[in-house]
Amino acid sequence: MRAFFGFIVGGLFGAGLLISGMTDTQKVQGWLDIFGDWDPTLAFVMGGAIVPMAIAWRLVPGRAPVLGGTFDAPPDPVVDRKIIVGSVMFGIGWGLVGLCPGPAIASLSFGGFGGFAFLIAMIIGMALAPRAQTMLEHSRAAR
Amino acid sequence: MNSDWLMGLLGGGLIGTAAAMFLLVNGRVMGASGIIGGLVDRTGWHAWQERTALIAGLIVVPALMTMASGVKPTFLTDNLLLIVIAGLFVGIGTRIANGCTSGHGVCGISRLSVRGIAATIFYIGAGGLTVVLFKHILGVI
Repeated sequence: MRAFFGFIVGGLFGAGLLISGMTDTQKVQGWLDIFGDWDPTLAFVMGGAIVPMAIAWRLVPGRAPVLGGTFDAPPDPVVDRKIIVGSVMFGIGWGLVGLCPGPAIASLSFGGFGGFAFLIAMIIGMALAPRAQTMLEHSRAAR
Repeated sequence: MNSDWLMGLLGGGLIGTAAAMFLLVNGRVMGASGIIGGLVDRTGWHAWQERTALIAGLIVVPALMTMASGVKPTFLTDNLLLIVIAGLFVGIGTRIANGCTSGHGVCGISRLSVRGIAATIFYIGAGGLTVVLFKHILGVI
């Protein structure tokens, strides 16, 4: 059942990414192009996505997930160097080609060789992340 | 209203509904980088079934939709070096920051998480500066 709902969630997520224009790399770069010909579409995508999710969060207290178990624990609410350095790196990659992780997977079937290459590079990056994080921590310790 | 904005709102609503369902039914936060990353570094292997099923849905449904409509809405650059560098940055960055657009952006902002809001400001800011630098100043993209 968990996998069944996982598939439904993934399907809805993919349909939403496709319909909204998040898999269109030009549109994404157009949204990031604040000083050029700015395309505000992605603000509508974000707004449209945040509303149902905000309602869902309000339903969490005092309940358990429908399929049992417990809700993911919220992370430590600290804005540390990892959040900042990681997000800046992510933003640079996102700006360069216009793909973030969700759309990179959602466009696998039609993204061509370039899309496939991006996904492989992203997975390699994810595998290298613990090493990069150690380097980050060491550079802080050295100071 | 511009039809692109309307489709954005509609698509966004579907993304938010998916995230709401994953939270309320499975009890999980729908963050794309966390779901893939947890399979890559094995920290999420205990929940591999729901993770791989989600990824399968995320690939199959857009595939069927584009097959039905014939539209291939991606305009990815053909500069392979740029693609590989960007992929590495996105992979390393989202794992160090512990989230991407779906996790920090959608799931974080909607519960007014300071981390999620800060992460979103930094990745959109860095993305915006990257486009300015590489498009308008260097002319590479």
